[in-house]
Amino acid sequence: MSDQSVLYDVPGPRAVRRQRIGTAAALVLIAGLVAVAIQRLASRGQFDSDLWSPWVNPSDDSFAQVWELVGRGALNTILAAAMAITLSLLVGVVLGVARMMSGRMGRIPVVGFIELFRGLPVVITIVFVWRAMAELDVPIDVLPGEPALWYLVIGLTLYNSVIVAEILRAGVASLPRGQGEAGRAIGMTEGQVMRSILLPQAFRTMLPALISQLVVVLKDTSLAAVIGLGYFELLRRGNQISQVLDNPIQSLFIVGAIFVVINYGLSRLAVYVERRMSTSSYSDPSPEVGEVTLGAQAHGGAGGV
Amino acid sequence: MSPVIDNLDLYWSGFLTSLEFIVYSLIGSMILGTVIAAFRVSPIAALRGFGSAYVTVVRNCPLTIVLFFMAFGLPELGINRSYFFFGIAGLVIYTSAFVCEALRSGINSVSAGQAEAARAIGLTFTQTMREVVLPQAFRSAIPPLGSVQIAMFKNSAVAGAFGIGGDLFSVGKNLTSAQGYSYIPVLTGVAIGYLIITLSAGLALGLLERKVAIAR
Amino acid sequence: MRIKKLGAAAAALVLAGSLAACGGGDDEVEVASETDFEAGTTMAEIADRGTVTVGTKFDQPGFGLLGLEDVPEGFDVEVAKIIAGAMGIAEEDIEWVQATSDIREQVIEDGDVDFVVATYTINDERKQRITFAGPYYEAGQQLMVASDNDSIEGPEDIADNPDMKVCSVTGSTPSEQIREYLADDDQLVLFDIYDKCADALSNGQVDIVTTDNVILLGFVSKSEGEFKLVGEQFTEEPYGIGITKGDVEFCEFINETLAENEDAYLAAWDRTAGEVEGTEKPELPEADACA
Repeated sequence: MSDQSVLYDVPGPRAVRRQRIGTAAALVLIAGLVAVAIQRLASRGQFDSDLWSPWVNPSDDSFAQVWELVGRGALNTILAAAMAITLSLLVGVVLGVARMMSGRMGRIPVVGFIELFRGLPVVITIVFVWRAMAELDVPIDVLPGEPALWYLVIGLTLYNSVIVAEILRAGVASLPRGQGEAGRAIGMTEGQVMRSILLPQAFRTMLPALISQLVVVLKDTSLAAVIGLGYFELLRRGNQISQVLDNPIQSLFIVGAIFVVINYGLSRLAVYVERRMSTSSYSDPSPEVGEVTLGAQAHGGAGGV
Repeated sequence: MSPVIDNLDLYWSGFLTSLEFIVYSLIGSMILGTVIAAFRVSPIAALRGFGSAYVTVVRNCPLTIVLFFMAFGLPELGINRSYFFFGIAGLVIYTSAFVCEALRSGINSVSAGQAEAARAIGLTFTQTMREVVLPQAFRSAIPPLGSVQIAMFKNSAVAGAFGIGGDLFSVGKNLTSAQGYSYIPVLTGVAIGYLIITLSAGLALGLLERKVAIAR
Repeated sequence: MRIKKLGAAAAALVLAGSLAACGGGDDEVEVASETDFEAGTTMAEIADRGTVTVGTKFDQPGFGLLGLEDVPEGFDVEVAKIIAGAMGIAEEDIEWVQATSDIREQVIEDGDVDFVVATYTINDERKQRITFAGPYYEAGQQLMVASDNDSIEGPEDIADNPDMKVCSVTGSTPSEQIREYLADDDQLVLFDIYDKCADALSNGQVDIVTTDNVILLGFVSKSEGEFKLVGEQFTEEPYGIGITKGDVEFCEFINETLAENEDAYLAAWDRTAGEVEGTEKPELPEADACA
């Protein structure tokens, strides 16, 4: 439904005039608020060049260092997110399949696990993994790379794998029932039906949701900076720079902009993938998957949303 | 588990503060989210643009940075309030973007005939929205709205990590760093507190869905 | 006893020797070119390894602040370099690990670091888990307010102004010690780093910041007149160097190294915290007995 044309008539001359007045009034109001904000910020010195220069002026002494640190931070963020989403995919598929295929008794621990990590804020999960593993002296060193990265990734995986499991469930539920029935009719076992028929199709439906979940994971990596986990991802680098240069507003503005740009790009990718798939797939563009996605996106990003 | 038992009063007050936080944020985000959703479908292009930009930026920005700008950016604009207020403001602004999108999906699910009929009997845009579309949209939007709000309940922990003071996460931080208790029991207590909130909300949402939601 | 003393004295002698030989640079910490430690001691192990891992603060201006070159800078860092140098480790071979207040004991117990120099206040509770060398500095807690604030002259005034907020860092000793001066707990605002407290003071969200006076002076000097210190320091906090519990030899080595290198110690102060106006040059305190 294209709501624009349905919710109101094609505007006649009076309506057009009213809308133009409304547009002008809205613009004036917005511009006014922005002007007040700028004036107040300027009076606090937030537009001083020495606060902005290391970020925007290539001839500034610190420019190269600042952008190098931020670049490394962004790479670390992407690395942690990529590892987390990959592991979440693996674990999530196992969990989802286990939930769908187990009998009543077998389902209980799986559902328990899923509900537990869905109900906990991600930030708590990450802190718990970090501190518990340190307190219990778990030999995290056997894994390559820094322990802090693994604590973050494991914490993120515990949360996001359950989301993936739920996305998978929604994806399989959205497939036409005939698929599974046909498989069973030709004598396949449940496992074969799942593996050869349902999962491959469900994955295609899941793809946009998974990319959206990647956005969530990316935002969640910034939690490491908030809880003091010593992993130097993007937000931590922003904090480091702002402490040396005394420009927290400016530095975090730029860091925030970088996050928005990266995530926006990924979201557009998700939309593109969804569009390409909906022209070729024959399963319902299911409202359930969309809903799990929205809930998951709201969940993700800093504490699970 | 002795740190939990010894400090049950702290945990309880942290739990209540978290609840307080959540309730304010729930109300605030629903109101603001509805406003932004109205902007996005309004005939006034400037409002549509603003709503669209707002949702794009806020959805893609980590909550941690939104909270930072509330706590340290708003005072630069001359707005000085308690950090509790800023925490709620941050959570409201962040969550409202998702509420807006959930509502839009609800609005989109209201069949075109409803709006056409409203127009046919001469209702203006505002009347159409208020009397016909939004009530139905809300009922469709309950499932995604519910999960958005439950997500917000969990996000309140992040605000606690920011110096809100007094909520469940801060209680955990206080007991472990300032008083040196061991992490595992303290965090287990905090986790149980949050689980009580989210699991009961999940159950309540399920009940609500069954009673009110429209099958699509 | 004599052999150990010989080890430390020999190191000091070699240090002095190399100092005499090169004329000593003001911003270079001396590195012993030859060391001879008794086998089995921590010093021997570190000297053989050629690298040392030091825990320090990454967000404490003046003492340990991570710079844009990704290496911490400050007085604690310089003291660590002096100790490392006495074992023959150059500053490029030092690995710096962030030791925030709540994990300092843990990283020592886990062996993740060789020693910790991180504004580490000596107290009995901590002595149960680790051993302290030093003290190497006597800190004092004080209050910082906005320049136009005349209501606060000292910690006693805080309770009289219950609407005023006090800011400090979570889990730090100053944040604990200020509690007795508060009218109620709501007055206290805690952040993870001091920079945020300074920002909060600047934008009017809090009225008082409290921590060690050297850190506060750093903020005062950067504030261009916006902040001032008030009152006198009202606590005494000896900063020590944290090492594995019971390592008496290492403790004595550290104490002797600092005592023998007082010039380097004072020079280190001058290049770091001493650059802040208003700070007083410290005297190396007398070390406690090692246990």
